[in-house]
Amino acid sequence: MADREPVLKVENLTITYDTEKGPLHTVRNVSLQIAPGEIYGLVGESGSGKTTFARGVVRYLPSNGKITTGRISLSGTDLATLSHKQIRKVWGSRVTMVHQDPNASINPSMLIGDQIAEAMRVHLGLNKKQAGQKAIEMLNKVRMPDPELVARRYAHQLSGGMLQRVLIATAMATNPEFMIMDEPTTALDVTTEAVILDLIRELMSEYNTAILFITHNLGVIARICDRIGVLYAGELMEEGPIHEVFRNRLHPYTRGLLGCVPRVDASKKSITLSSIPGFIPRPNQLPPGCIFAPRCDLVEEACQLERPPLVEIGPSHLSSCRRVDCLRTRTKEVEQAREERIEELGPVVLEARNIKKYFPFSGGLTALVRGKKSVKAVDDISIRMRSSFTLGIVGESGCGKTTLARCIAGLEEATSGEIDLEGEHLDYSVSRREPAVLKKIQMVFQNPDASLNPQLPAGYSVARPLTLLRNMSKKQVQERVKELFAAVSLPPDYIDRLPHELSGGEKQRVAIARAFAADPVLMICDEPISSLDVSVQASLMNLLAELQGTAGTAYLFISHDLAAVRHLSDWIAVVYLGRLWEIGSAEDVFVPPYHPYTEALLSAIPIPDPDIEQDRIRLKGSVPSALNVPPGCRFHTRCPRKIGAVCETEEPPWREMEGGHRICCHIPIDELKTLQGGGLLKKAGQGGNR
Amino acid sequence: MQKQPQENSENRMALKKFFRRLRSNPTIFIGFMIVLIFLFIAAFGPFLAPYPYTQQNLSERLQPPSDDNIFGTDQFGRDIYSRILVGSRDVLVVAGSGTVLAVFFGLLLGLFSGYRGGYFDEVVMRVMDVILSIPPLLLAMVILFSLGPSRVNVIIVVGFLYIPMVARVVRSVVLDLKTRQYVEAARLRGETSAYILYKEILPNVLPHLAVESSMRFSYSIFLVASLGFLGLGVQPPSPDWGLMVGESRTWFHQARWVLFFPAGAIAILVVGVGFMSDGLRRMLLPGGVSDG
Repeated sequence: MADREPVLKVENLTITYDTEKGPLHTVRNVSLQIAPGEIYGLVGESGSGKTTFARGVVRYLPSNGKITTGRISLSGTDLATLSHKQIRKVWGSRVTMVHQDPNASINPSMLIGDQIAEAMRVHLGLNKKQAGQKAIEMLNKVRMPDPELVARRYAHQLSGGMLQRVLIATAMATNPEFMIMDEPTTALDVTTEAVILDLIRELMSEYNTAILFITHNLGVIARICDRIGVLYAGELMEEGPIHEVFRNRLHPYTRGLLGCVPRVDASKKSITLSSIPGFIPRPNQLPPGCIFAPRCDLVEEACQLERPPLVEIGPSHLSSCRRVDCLRTRTKEVEQAREERIEELGPVVLEARNIKKYFPFSGGLTALVRGKKSVKAVDDISIRMRSSFTLGIVGESGCGKTTLARCIAGLEEATSGEIDLEGEHLDYSVSRREPAVLKKIQMVFQNPDASLNPQLPAGYSVARPLTLLRNMSKKQVQERVKELFAAVSLPPDYIDRLPHELSGGEKQRVAIARAFAADPVLMICDEPISSLDVSVQASLMNLLAELQGTAGTAYLFISHDLAAVRHLSDWIAVVYLGRLWEIGSAEDVFVPPYHPYTEALLSAIPIPDPDIEQDRIRLKGSVPSALNVPPGCRFHTRCPRKIGAVCETEEPPWREMEGGHRICCHIPIDELKTLQGGGLLKKAGQGGNR
Repeated sequence: MQKQPQENSENRMALKKFFRRLRSNPTIFIGFMIVLIFLFIAAFGPFLAPYPYTQQNLSERLQPPSDDNIFGTDQFGRDIYSRILVGSRDVLVVAGSGTVLAVFFGLLLGLFSGYRGGYFDEVVMRVMDVILSIPPLLLAMVILFSLGPSRVNVIIVVGFLYIPMVARVVRSVVLDLKTRQYVEAARLRGETSAYILYKEILPNVLPHLAVESSMRFSYSIFLVASLGFLGLGVQPPSPDWGLMVGESRTWFHQARWVLFFPAGAIAILVVGVGFMSDGLRRMLLPGGVSDG
């Protein structure tokens, strides 16, 4: 591919924002090329300038942003010198964009078909009828079921995955030379993400479009990109063909990023994740030498003096690290092995039996006509947890995992079922529980921005449970707050800071400290890391594992990120449509035999290693509504291993295996074993290191 | 203790920041300046006025603005300039007290209604809807006819009329805040509702409340002026601006200044308060949250 004339050629691009505090050079001296049909993955932490770069390339910047130096050529046209009028003609016809949030990118008051047709009418000069027909054609191309029907629908009638297909169809409609995809799958479930990525891959080979694919997820890059560029604080650190970069990782930052990603074949018991210390510098506070030097573990004096250039170190493989030779010889993984903890079953902490939570679906008049219905968010789930034990709950969004956790916490009143904590019966509602019980269950929430009161200092939030639940004196509280801040690795002067002075990861650390202040026996972690950068995720997971080791708390860890769940959990429960389908130790759940749903989830995980080939098991459609649960096995509508009428009529039985591993499926265990063979991951060629 | 000096300097920093933001936007700055000037006039009006506001001079009736009477004189030969200066106190006190009343009760109702939800919320909000469904001026007239026109009664009426609006804004903010995770964390550790409302929710309502209060204030000025104009508010010989506009109706063919200056004073004050509330909104609620 490299010998073909590139579609996009960017040379020494610098983008500057004018701010109150003077100019900010957000992207500096970035050069890259993308060939037709090539997918170029741009990766980096948030704040590294990925989106600014992408927008700058097509001159789609906010009014205070401008290109200060550099040339951008799109098949010979110099984009940097075009007038505003001319560039408007380029947008939408020769360059298109797919955004992250499909809900915000589609006009909710316009029919889907008209929306796709609009671009073609404007740029290709088609009349209404032709464009309408072409729109349906495009929907067909993106494998939309019932394209004619979908074209006559509005955005709110489609699921997130379908909307993303519509966006891709719109972007492809004018047959552009160059397309920007800005985190197109970040908002989607893993299973949907896998389907969309497959689709992008297929379409690209057909259309020969050059794509700039922006994401923070290295797994996604490994799955679909041909080349990768690693952006850090506005500069390229490493660039090269995907296999080269992932195999050799010749920049400490690339190495750090990859080390942060939890692996599906190892857990907290065997390894600690590596994390990158410190923060990404702001463009006006760059260090004089190598910009990564302050966070680098290979740094030497020369690194801090001069900014190293991006040099070729292999076949079209560039790195800006001075110490490439040192990196070549060093072992790839810098992760520390952990002493295997001796497995000892602690006392049972929580026992939840047959938990059900039905939300009444009050449709006003409709309820009168059709009778009362309810959303069965959680329908008969039982779990048991021991101390120093982590139960991971996985499932697609809307499967009821958060509702289950909130029922146990008492924030939502369960409809029926029993919750026992350390042998004592628990009331459904948190407001009727005794203080002595309250302190035993604490929660860490998903959104770091909403989990701390913006008007109260961080220390206050941590101190409050101490005074309220543990009756400590003022002095003891002060002492304990300091200890807790130290335990979550925050400097003591953070105690007086207000939440807006903290970063997302720091806020989440304060939230963890607040939860631990009550000295709970059970901690519920509801997606505590999913909105954070990989390096922050890694350090928080390490922190959680470490705190569990010292405090012996049981964790109920909820996430849609299977690799994170695998890393932290001892046991894993797979939930779909309000019910459990598989439960077992983390090791057992990740190797066959598994429930067909687990199998699909696992095959969808984007693994940050392009040399691993995963079996492709893709689920059709989206999760059915919890208002109309399918009869029989709830998964039969999407199950790739459906065996026949039994699945539609009869509820499947639980099948038990060694070690308490249980699967709820009509297919007998032995048959599942033969069907699923040796597992989903196959290493292409050899490679013992991963 | 030792924290005092640090807190002081922090306060000063915050104040400096506030003034920097003020200066960076001329509209906001103008708004605050206008309000400050009127407050100054209200406080020292009687000392600034060249004549007593009731002093009649029947030989100088309806004189145009001149060196002696810079805003001219009215139908009794009273100095309009002096009357406007003194009258500012009436407007600000009556409209201000009315606003305070509305904000206080509106805040309480909104907080409890939003936080408790259920039937309590339903009942309170429907009552609010009933009050809102009657045109405010009509309702004010009905109440004032039965209570009799007086300064205190106007304050009560203004307060009563604007309680629903404040309550609705506060309630909508509370509905959003009570699902925040820090509130849930407080519930998980067994905090009482009173604590959650006071410590976790109220501080986050205050910015919204400040913006809403300043808006209510500008509406209150209007309402007080309207009631004065209709003769239902403050009674003569008080130099109420609305009343002055009302009385000038008969004369303004001969003497436009009788109408122009009090009406202009009302307009400038309302515009000033409007700018101020716009500025508060931009400073306190960046990102723009709906005002209910």
